[in-house]
Amino acid sequence: MSDSAAEQKGMASKAHAEVHSDEEATLEGKSYRLKIFRGDAEGGKEVEYEIEAIEGMVVLDAVLKIQAEQANDLAVRWNCKAAHCGSCSAEINGRPKLLCKTRVEEYEGQEIRVHPIRAFPVIKDLVSDVSWNYGVSAQIQPFTTSEQAPFTMYEEDVERLYEPKKCIECFMCQDVCHVLRTHHKHPEFAGPRFFVRSQWLEMHPKDEGNRLQFLKEGRGGVQLCNITKCCSEVCPVGIHITDNSIIPLKERVADEYYDPAKWLMRKIRGRRNGSSNGNGGTRSTHARAGIRTNG
Amino acid sequence: MAYGDIARSTTGVLRRLPWWTGPIAVTAALVGFGIYVFVTVMLFDRGEYENYLSPFYSPPVGGESFLPAWLSPAIFILWLPLGFRATCYYYRKAYYRAFFWDPPACSSKAQQRELRGPEHYRGETALFVWNNIHRYFMYGSFVLLVFLTIDTVRAFLPEGSFGITLGSLIFLVNVSLLWTYSLSCHSLRHVIGGSVDCYSCVKGGNARRKAYNWLSVLNRQHALWAWLSLFSLLITDVYIRLLLAGVITDFRLV
Ligand code: SF4
Ligand code: SF4
Ligand code: FES
Ligand code: FES
Repeated sequence: MSDSAAEQKGMASKAHAEVHSDEEATLEGKSYRLKIFRGDAEGGKEVEYEIEAIEGMVVLDAVLKIQAEQANDLAVRWNCKAAHCGSCSAEINGRPKLLCKTRVEEYEGQEIRVHPIRAFPVIKDLVSDVSWNYGVSAQIQPFTTSEQAPFTMYEEDVERLYEPKKCIECFMCQDVCHVLRTHHKHPEFAGPRFFVRSQWLEMHPKDEGNRLQFLKEGRGGVQLCNITKCCSEVCPVGIHITDNSIIPLKERVADEYYDPAKWLMRKIRGRRNGSSNGNGGTRSTHARAGIRTNG
Repeated sequence: MAYGDIARSTTGVLRRLPWWTGPIAVTAALVGFGIYVFVTVMLFDRGEYENYLSPFYSPPVGGESFLPAWLSPAIFILWLPLGFRATCYYYRKAYYRAFFWDPPACSSKAQQRELRGPEHYRGETALFVWNNIHRYFMYGSFVLLVFLTIDTVRAFLPEGSFGITLGSLIFLVNVSLLWTYSLSCHSLRHVIGGSVDCYSCVKGGNARRKAYNWLSVLNRQHALWAWLSLFSLLITDVYIRLLLAGVITDFRLV
């Protein structure tokens, strides 16, 4: 084991030790009050709980402590406790947050009100049914290529794809998006998470699929987004959803549907709106069209 | 203090403000700017002082004797930058939030104040579908920028030879901010590289990728450039108005 690896391991076990010494870390005499939504799809109410404060506590710790000590039937969803799995999304004081990434002390001096995410039906307490999202996902044309894997891909062609790939599917962007949350356009609007996914697919150098028609005419509904950026504000992994996914897709849609010069070119070439998969094409489409590539 | 720290502490402060402060401040600034432009253009048919030409009146088109006097160059020109800004992705966000409250801010409380009911919300499908024309305003704005750049060079030539004055520096800052704002445009970024899926497959792909990455750096702060360039336009015109009115005299440095 290299020195630095050993050092890291040492640090990790030390960190571990600290987690187990809760007693010492308890902030003497200090307590937190949380108002947690208790109820289901029919309705419910906020119930206040008071717990002993522990240094560095995240809201999920607080909720689990309440579940362990005061309300065994409190429903909360979580898995990794490391901001990786995206299961613990809920709303704290009306804003979507990962419960495991949000420290209680951020709310020093304010009340802490924890609710389930509201753009989707509540199952119980802090758990909402997000399965609608999986249905939308299934309707997006998957990665499509005529080439045989493994591919040779160049860094310069895929560097833009790392950002959308960071998504942990916490659906907090879906929750905060007013098109879903306030206007309930679920049947005709895919939501920011799926614009991120579509952008990744559309910009993929090997993908030959075309999702512009889905986005503009189909249930993608990208034009219903009015780029007001609430999704970008809440993304826990810092994806610039509006700037780097939605606007680039809107620009591609504009190429296909709203650009008179491009429309004229298509008329001349006899191609219909929405049939392009971006202007660059892929190596194989270029190969078929006899365009010289430098790879 | 590092830029990141400043940004963090500012967002920290901003987060503590009530949600309606954002939309109200944006409304006030945009309405204020609108009124200033409208009043100036209605009151003054010219914006020239010695070697300075106000950016609102450049290039000096119109002015033919058969046209009524109130038809100043500004009236012929201003629709272009105004259209550019009105269809800009950043300003769209700003006015959907500030003027239409669609939504005014992101918290659940703010979203409950949204004016439009779900039956009436159309996003950018109905009237606002026209915003898709942004790229054409962008092309036009670059033509205007060439004129504004020439005006800036002229601002450095008081009485025909090189000199630096406070006015010329204001021109320089203004034109630089306008270039930065225009170069950080989302539509330009798309035209340059965003529309390409595979840089290594197209001719000149590497150059396009580099340009795209460079524009993306500017694009990250598009909102900042939008505001700074709006204020610099205002300051440049105010400076010329004050010179014209004889309230101040130009300060020559070199
Ligand atoms: S930018 Fe668009 S997708 Fe994101 S929250 Fe706003 S309306 Fe929804
Ligand atoms: S884009 Fe961000 S906010 Fe949306 S689901 Fe993915 S990680 Fe969550
Ligand atoms: S528990 Fe996995 S993200 Fe919070
Ligand atoms: S997006 Fe703002 S100027 Fe084009």
